[in-house]
Amino acid sequence: SPLLNLLLSLLSLVYCSAAAYVDKPNLSKSFLPRYEPDHGGAVGSSQDTRLHVFTVDYDYVQIPYEVTLWILLASLAKIGFHLYHRLPRLMPESCILIAIGALVGAIIFASDHKSPPVMNTSIYFLYLLPPIVLEEGYFMPTRPFFENFGSILWWSVLGSLLNSFGIGLSLYGVCQIEAFGLTDLNLLQNLLFGSMISAVDPVAALVVFEEASVNEQLYMMIFGESLLNDGITVVLYNIFIAFTQMHRYEEIESIDVFAGFARFFVVGLGGVLFGIVFGFVSAFMTRFTHNVSAIEPLLVFMFSYLSYLSAETLYISGILAMTACAVTMKKYVEENVSQNSYTTIKYFMKMLSSVSETLIFVFMGVSTVGKNHEWNWAFICFTLLFCLVWRTLSVFALFYISNKFRTYPFTFKDQLIISYSGLRGASSFSLAFLLPVNLFPRKKMFITATLVVIYFTVFIQGITIGPLVRYLDVKKTNKKESINEEIHVRLMDHLKAGIEDICGHWSHYQLRDKFKKFDNKYLKKILIREHQPKSSIVSLYKKMEIKLAIEMAESGMKISKSSTASLQRGRNRRVHRLSPAEVESMRDVLAHNLYQVRQRAPAYSRHNLPTNTNEKQAQEILIRRQHSLRQSCRKGNSLPWGRPARTTEVRYLSLPQGPSQHTRQKARRVTFTGNGSLHPSLLSFLSVFYMVITAAVSVSFQHCLVSSFSLSHKCRPILTYTLSKETEVSSTELPSVRENMEFRTPECFHCLHL
Amino acid sequence: MSSANGCPGGCPVPRELTPPSPLSFPPTVTSEQIEHLHRRFKQLSRDQLTIRKENFDSIPDLEFNPIRGKIVHAFFDKRNLRQESDGLADEINFEDFLTIMSYFRPIEMNMDEEQLDRFRKEKLKFLFHMYDSDHDGKITLQEYRNVVEELLSGNPHLEKESARSIADGAMMEAASICGPDQVYEGITFEDFLKMWQGIDIETKMHVRFLNMDTIAHCY
Repeated sequence: SPLLNLLLSLLSLVYCSAAAYVDKPNLSKSFLPRYEPDHGGAVGSSQDTRLHVFTVDYDYVQIPYEVTLWILLASLAKIGFHLYHRLPRLMPESCILIAIGALVGAIIFASDHKSPPVMNTSIYFLYLLPPIVLEEGYFMPTRPFFENFGSILWWSVLGSLLNSFGIGLSLYGVCQIEAFGLTDLNLLQNLLFGSMISAVDPVAALVVFEEASVNEQLYMMIFGESLLNDGITVVLYNIFIAFTQMHRYEEIESIDVFAGFARFFVVGLGGVLFGIVFGFVSAFMTRFTHNVSAIEPLLVFMFSYLSYLSAETLYISGILAMTACAVTMKKYVEENVSQNSYTTIKYFMKMLSSVSETLIFVFMGVSTVGKNHEWNWAFICFTLLFCLVWRTLSVFALFYISNKFRTYPFTFKDQLIISYSGLRGASSFSLAFLLPVNLFPRKKMFITATLVVIYFTVFIQGITIGPLVRYLDVKKTNKKESINEEIHVRLMDHLKAGIEDICGHWSHYQLRDKFKKFDNKYLKKILIREHQPKSSIVSLYKKMEIKLAIEMAESGMKISKSSTASLQRGRNRRVHRLSPAEVESMRDVLAHNLYQVRQRAPAYSRHNLPTNTNEKQAQEILIRRQHSLRQSCRKGNSLPWGRPARTTEVRYLSLPQGPSQHTRQKARRVTFTGNGSLHPSLLSFLSVFYMVITAAVSVSFQHCLVSSFSLSHKCRPILTYTLSKETEVSSTELPSVRENMEFRTPECFHCLHL
Repeated sequence: MSSANGCPGGCPVPRELTPPSPLSFPPTVTSEQIEHLHRRFKQLSRDQLTIRKENFDSIPDLEFNPIRGKIVHAFFDKRNLRQESDGLADEINFEDFLTIMSYFRPIEMNMDEEQLDRFRKEKLKFLFHMYDSDHDGKITLQEYRNVVEELLSGNPHLEKESARSIADGAMMEAASICGPDQVYEGITFEDFLKMWQGIDIETKMHVRFLNMDTIAHCY
């Protein structure tokens, strides 16, 4: 079974890594290094002058090796986590990541090994943080965000400020008490710690919300908060560090405080403006790339990254810049890029952010088990207490005010949930870890306190928030999607805009309307190639029609005409002629297929994209269809629909079974050799590694292949393809498959089957 | 016909709007809102007592609204005005204006289940009347097509065919919810209610009445 297979690989991986760590001193002694730089006068033992057929040099690859090992280990753990069905309901994924990190940390600590320097300031801010931010910004659902924009802005900005200052000042008050031994912490250090610890990372909470399908407003509040909170926290952090670097804080006058405030705004708004400019530039670039579609993902990523770096150069908030860039860019880029590029962008982004987060969590686990801790009961307990207290206070205070301006205020239950979902995560830890020691002599205590808060919130709050949400029975959202709803929502928008015009009100619907007009008139013409204004109703309908056509053709239904043709025969009386059985089947088809299109409510999981089981089914059918089509062509028979029975004999051409069988055999063939020249665990590790790699590659290839046929995000002509081989396809085959694709328009598709 | 205070023939004194029957939803339009709407009404009617359809032409932004015709029509629809008769009124006075506006009130938090239900039904009935242009109590396929065409009329690249097929698809969807037989004659109000079960339409159908100085949009 796959579970057993994975457990086996996980165990062997752990064993190998442990062996690698433990035996490392032996390795360097029994095997020669790759180069002998100081040969000198050819003096040496007989070992030096012989050519060695097989040498091992671990130092050379140590850092990337261990980093890759960590990532793989965490990925395997995630796979195992999701395979065991009950676990994801119990605890968030971050728990597993931290546990793995702690495990690796324990191994490293036990073997007294020096862990690779994966985390320092530049690596974190330049390489680890941007992917996470980019992914958050790119997958943000824009419409609900902007509808609740006022509340979100109010809550995240003021909430972060209130939390930071509240926690900082309270801790300062506690530090003044002599008995706790904390009097050497001055106000600035406390404020800095407060700003660090108030960085919220509610991914776990969002996953729970989405699973419980809570209402959109609640979801957006948490989402928006996490988006803006990162930027704000980092800005505050930098400001406080700058203050701390002014050496003697008696020198800080009120002018500096005002400068701090002004800087806060400049940094924030400047970042957003920067991001918007870059977003437009990159959208403009993608207009011309239809001959070089392979570089489209590159453009997207590089421009976003460039916006981040440019903003950082000017000490403006790079996070906000990148977020604004992603949001601006997304709408236009989606229209311009090819289907494959779009898929690549999506998956690559998720992959990068997943890797970043994994590394940070693992590193967090690694540094838990170690000697760099300082435990101070008072500080830690009070930190925890103040975090919870201040969050609750700020939620209730701020929402009380913002509820006065909202038409549909947040209820007490909503507020309770928001205050409970203040989980801390990777960002707090990173900021704590990166404190400069010369300015913060008690850095270890800060790290310990941060770790305790993170562990507490992630494990205890993370596990209990699911039951809490279900118990409180928060107002749910309706996830079904239908053409009717789309039409009615559109109607409602126009109706409201009209009524507001009549009343003479200015409201944000009119603002949105005006923006849309401006967008259509100028922006889209410049930024999108061959711009044809598309209505969301039309796109949605086309998607549904295509799906319906696929399903109808494949299920061998008696209705041979599409839905349009049947109703286009005009009057209602004609339609009575459809027999009840046909209507029943038509209804079934509708019920099963039309309701599973593009989700409105975002599926926010950092670790996977929403998959649509019906989509996969449709692709299966498409693949099967094409196979039968090809077979019929080979036999000289150009009418594929005369033999519906043959379809059941066709082999499945999608790839879930092949590679794992292949690798399972390989695993059995591995033997453990016991002699000294070849390190036993290395060999086993290599085979396991190979197995893992092929599994991962084939799974990801299947994902790419499957989702490149996915029609759920774009309204594109149907792709038909012919596979050049029917055997297991490896990643090198990808270019040839793409070359064989033909594009057909929906009309042609109808011709083929009708 | 303008007098010194711009109020010919006496204007209705702003007061709490009392419901015509005890079965309608609670009267929570405040006097400031009524005051404001009254000012607006006077602007639209050019200080007359009633408004006609032509008065709505003076609102410039409304021109760009694709369902402009239906909105204006809704104001004069006697079914919305709670009058027992059917058809279109020629002109409406301030009370009728307020009646129509009251369909767009947001839900109060202190409503109970029954009131909420009634409120929701009122709003949905308003929507239903917008679709059902020939006043026969049913939305037929042709009427639905009409609505979709109007909605998409702002888009010059779209052919009529697409709009029609979209409407057809939507009708088929409605068929799957309501049962096939009714749809062929037309969607009745009960079917319409069934379609919107579970989707909280009432939270979307409201207009904010803020107490702020408004920008007059009609000259």
